[in-house]
Amino acid sequence: MTITIRQLHKVYRIGDERVHALRGVDIEIKKNEFVAIMGASGSGKSTLMNILGCLDKPTRGAYTLNGKPTHKMGAAELAAVRNKEIGFVFQSFELLPRATAVQNVMLPLIYSKKGWLGARRRAKKALERVGLGDRMGHRPSQMSGGQRQRVAVARALVNEPSILLADEPTGNLDSTTSEEILRLFKALHDDGQTIVIVTHEEDIAGHSERIIRLRDGRVISDLPTHQDPVHREWVQKAAATLHTMAAQTRSVESSQTAGAGA
Amino acid sequence: MSILRVLFQTVGLALAQIRVNKFRAILTALGIILGVSSVTAVIAALTGMKESVLSEVESFGARKMWLWGEVPRDKRGIIAWEDVRINEEEADAIRAHAPSIDCLTLITNSSANVQFGMVERTAVPITAIEPAWHEIENRYVIMGRPLTLADGEFERQVCLINEKAIDDLKMDRDPVGDAIFVGGRRFQIVGVLETVSVSAMFGGGETQIEVYVPYQTMEKIEQFSFPYMMAQIVSPEKADEARAEIRFALRNLRGLGPDDQDTFGMQILQTEIDRFNAMTGAITAVAGGVVSISLLVGGIGIMNIMLVSVSERTREIGLRKAVGARPAVILMQFLTEAIVLCMAGGLIGILVGQIMTLGIQRIPNAGLDEAVIPPWAIGLAFAFSAFVGVVFGMFPAIKASRMDPIVALRKD
Repeated sequence: MTITIRQLHKVYRIGDERVHALRGVDIEIKKNEFVAIMGASGSGKSTLMNILGCLDKPTRGAYTLNGKPTHKMGAAELAAVRNKEIGFVFQSFELLPRATAVQNVMLPLIYSKKGWLGARRRAKKALERVGLGDRMGHRPSQMSGGQRQRVAVARALVNEPSILLADEPTGNLDSTTSEEILRLFKALHDDGQTIVIVTHEEDIAGHSERIIRLRDGRVISDLPTHQDPVHREWVQKAAATLHTMAAQTRSVESSQTAGAGA
Repeated sequence: MSILRVLFQTVGLALAQIRVNKFRAILTALGIILGVSSVTAVIAALTGMKESVLSEVESFGARKMWLWGEVPRDKRGIIAWEDVRINEEEADAIRAHAPSIDCLTLITNSSANVQFGMVERTAVPITAIEPAWHEIENRYVIMGRPLTLADGEFERQVCLINEKAIDDLKMDRDPVGDAIFVGGRRFQIVGVLETVSVSAMFGGGETQIEVYVPYQTMEKIEQFSFPYMMAQIVSPEKADEARAEIRFALRNLRGLGPDDQDTFGMQILQTEIDRFNAMTGAITAVAGGVVSISLLVGGIGIMNIMLVSVSERTREIGLRKAVGARPAVILMQFLTEAIVLCMAGGLIGILVGQIMTLGIQRIPNAGLDEAVIPPWAIGLAFAFSAFVGVVFGMFPAIKASRMDPIVALRKD
């Protein structure tokens, strides 16, 4: 089991108020799963994602990553775990603007204990894997949004992490580019990569094989994607919309043809 | 190994960051540059001053000392000056009982008219000396022979003259064996000394006729002379011992009780040099300290810009933390940046200081030709720059290292 979460609680203190962001979450994620975590804002999905990424610590409960109890670790140990076990992909890419693609991808290796030697070679390999073998020396400003996110994915992969953790990875991309990134995720998943995507968009979640839904800090459903009733409903609605749109397009087209014929 | 690697990387990152913000880096380091350059220039000027004075003083010989009779302040009118005169018996006692004294000579100074043939010079300095004078003053004859113990013993009317006298009195090129009249008495010239100009610091540069006669000969002729003693210490380190030995011997000989003050005075060149060194050292420290304040001002500039840098790069810090940079590594990165900035400033400051020193050397009539930044000052300026970097870079670096990556990544 790659990820085991037991009775996870997280309480924030904002001023005098205590915000109970997570109220006893239990999740297990196996190796090579492709999971989407969904929920409205305030559902606790960001908190869960921060804890999954070892950026934050639970107030109560246990989070075991690859057999290691992360809830017992200090800041330096958590940093080492983030470096070795987790690859982050952020909504806004978070690339260093003045560094080239290779330098950006090398970043995690700089902070890794043994990864320093051959860092450039490994960074290049990661860039080739995301299809940017010809953009190694480009700076973020010289690349499109999709290319930037690919660099970020390469950076996440470079240390061969146990999980790839993506937070709204297509939030800043148009639908064509989003599709491109999701195909990349699919390919990585096919290669055996464990992927966790946090999103609020059903079509993104549709690429996963399992959807975990949160509401008010609790897991309200945890089902394979094709069995998830909310998702199925969305798919049907989307299909219907598509159908209608197609029909409308056809009728417009035929009327235009008729008009042209007359 | 790991520490070296991290150091190498952080220095590289720091240099890259400085390169990106060149203009800002230069402005930031300006305080340090000005501070270091002024400190080093001031120290260079003081060093130059010290060198020129010391070389002047040391041209006399650091092993030299003087001794003379002196009526203590509370015995004025009780003891006559004749009773405290240094005499030959005392000189012999010092020769015998002061092992730190290499050699010594009694000296009396007077002046007289000197006549050779029809040429006469008035008020020529006549110095009565013993043979050790040659060694102590490091002046030897270039013609004829030096004065000997026998000359004194037999109170011979012989003398040494300097080359200047040959010209002024219009003598032969080789006057050895000729006679001159000194104060109306006939003296035979036995040797000639090179003319030495009086040291520039004592209003010199000019030369004059000099006549040297045996001490005892002068004693016989001149009853009211006031002799003093010039001695050479075995080595400059023995200055205090020589002083103690002479005091002991003279106080014994003069029968001074434990409560009596010395009836003689002493001056040791080395002691004066030490005192001068201590004084210039203190002045250097004070001047350096005062100018160092400008380095602190420079440090505040560094802190200010580092705080700006940390705040500007919040997202970057968040990202670095997210991909696994430990807090200590972030701390080191920003600290290194501050230190590299300060040390680069220090380096430029030293170069500017060097240029200023070259200018100082060219100030006319200032006697600062030997102004130079001593190696210790360069080392100190560099170390101080690094220190300023550590002190003023620490707070921003700690601020960066303590950032919460979640909050940092969310910042606009």
